[in-house]
Amino acid sequence: MKVIEISCIEVWREISNYIDGDIDAELRARMEAHFRVCAHCKAVIDGTRNVVKLVADGVEYALPDGFSQRLYDKLKDR
Amino acid sequence: MSSTEQRLEATEADLLERARQGDKEAFYNLVCPCERAVYIAAVTILNNSADAEEVAQEAVLKAFANLASFRGEAKFSTWLIQITINESRLKLRKDRRHLYESVDEQRAGDEGEYAPKDFADWREVPSEALQRRELREALKQAIARLPSMYREVLILRDVQQRSIQETAQILGLTEGSVKTRLLRARLQMRDALAPGIDGTWATGKAEYKKVRPF
Repeated sequence: MKVIEISCIEVWREISNYIDGDIDAELRARMEAHFRVCAHCKAVIDGTRNVVKLVADGVEYALPDGFSQRLYDKLKDR
Repeated sequence: MSSTEQRLEATEADLLERARQGDKEAFYNLVCPCERAVYIAAVTILNNSADAEEVAQEAVLKAFANLASFRGEAKFSTWLIQITINESRLKLRKDRRHLYESVDEQRAGDEGEYAPKDFADWREVPSEALQRRELREALKQAIARLPSMYREVLILRDVQQRSIQETAQILGLTEGSVKTRLLRARLQMRDALAPGIDGTWATGKAEYKKVRPF
């Protein structure tokens, strides 16, 4: 299959959808062909994928101690 | 049967029905599974834990008072987080400290392309990297520095792992807007973190070797 070339700007526009698997097979093939020849875009896709993974696995926001109890008390007092 | 078991048996519909009749215990049991999501929504908008707790409580009380208007088109948690986000934004607007941020945000529209700022190579994330406190802190700081329109989308989608569709529903946006904002958010996060991962928080490990193609 002949893969039609794609520009860097078009690649950047679709990077997030690419990571989410939210693009069709033809566009995926064009992007992957581009990543094989463009070091810039390869760096951008790898880095962005890392960010998504790090954010999913490594970002936690701890609830303040006693949060649940104070919420319960507030609701009860109303 | 313990009260915990009884709670588990009650379905969301049962709890809703009882909560609508003014049963606060039932309402609390509905809120409990999403209290963390409520807190995260508030704290990532307000960047302050005490304000976030206050707003989270207000949002829960408001939801209880307005339960009649919840018709079940959305999940209860979706609805509650919508209310929390609205309350958080109201609080921000009242707070003059954020005047400058809101001015900045008026300029940051969805239009135009976002081009990556550099092309630092960053291929591997070693599993032990996540155990490093500095990396976790850097992630949170990078999130906190995103313009709020991008931060909200990133939190719902990438931190809380909600679908594009639910993220759109919570924020009252089209799915297309969510995708555009998510792209910006992710690219800006990469720009913020890629140079640092081998620079300011270098471990000296080969994985972090940066290659600048030009």
